[in-house]
Amino acid sequence: MATAELSLQQEFHEYALRSPFKASWQKVMMWVFIVVDALTFGSLLVSYGFTRVSIGTWANPAEVFALHIGGKEIPLLLIAIMTFILVSSSGTMALAVANAYERKKKQTVLFLTLTMLLGLTFVGCQVYEWTHLIMHGTRPWWNPYGPPQFGAYFFTLTGFHGMHVLSGVIYLAIVARMVANGTLDRRGSYQLVEIAGLYWHFVDLIWVFIFTMFYLF
Amino acid sequence: MAEGTHVPIRKYLTVWLWLFILSALAYFIDVVHVPAPWKAILLVVVALMKAGMIMAVFMHLGYERLSLIYAVVAPLLFLVVMTIAFLPEGTAILGSHSIVAP
Repeated sequence: MATAELSLQQEFHEYALRSPFKASWQKVMMWVFIVVDALTFGSLLVSYGFTRVSIGTWANPAEVFALHIGGKEIPLLLIAIMTFILVSSSGTMALAVANAYERKKKQTVLFLTLTMLLGLTFVGCQVYEWTHLIMHGTRPWWNPYGPPQFGAYFFTLTGFHGMHVLSGVIYLAIVARMVANGTLDRRGSYQLVEIAGLYWHFVDLIWVFIFTMFYLF
Repeated sequence: MAEGTHVPIRKYLTVWLWLFILSALAYFIDVVHVPAPWKAILLVVVALMKAGMIMAVFMHLGYERLSLIYAVVAPLLFLVVMTIAFLPEGTAILGSHSIVAP
């Protein structure tokens, strides 16, 4: 009698804990975070689009973000390079995840480190861009290129995204350390690398929309 | 291989290449000055293609259960609709900003 009740309890327990997503709670929680964070970025982009349309005029990003090379002005060159760097980092991150599945420690750490370096290069480009614009007088309330809202949205959008990249680099550094010192071996699961990858790809995903909506339009 | 979702490396490399091509295409669309409505349409299509590839392959969403795909994609689709739906509303208050001049 007691054993039958126990097994019923156990059955209920297993039923209650069964995930409709067939994924670990760690992964589901990262997805929850990603959707919420996407909504935050989404609200920024919606308000940016609304503001820009309601003003009617705007700065020309192709001119503002042009680079002078050899006396020639190449539009948006720095942004194109930054996009190239971030897409590259997404590729190295995917390779890190692929190597983590096969439990190749060295390769996983190598690709994680490459991803971090590319992420830092991206942030470095952003520091250069910010410095350049600030030196030319751009402030959140004024700028020489167009309506003041241009500066406000530039700092908010790129700053918020840059903070995400920087947080991602720190996150990956912690994960790489855990791979290197065998913490994940002791845990018996390399899923943490995949979940960190979700975050990193999400940051690249956000850049796709900032690149399109803020720089190309 | 019991844990997580296994995606073949070939697939990763293909998507990686496509992301480079589509990014270059988006830049190209901007540089050659495509006429007004088409530029917006092309850029949005390219951005959504890139987003779809990143989510489906890099983030393994295409290899997850359908319930997880719906839970993630549905709110984001609403987000895209909302972004586009709000834009024309901006013209309703066109020119009512107190400070606009550079």
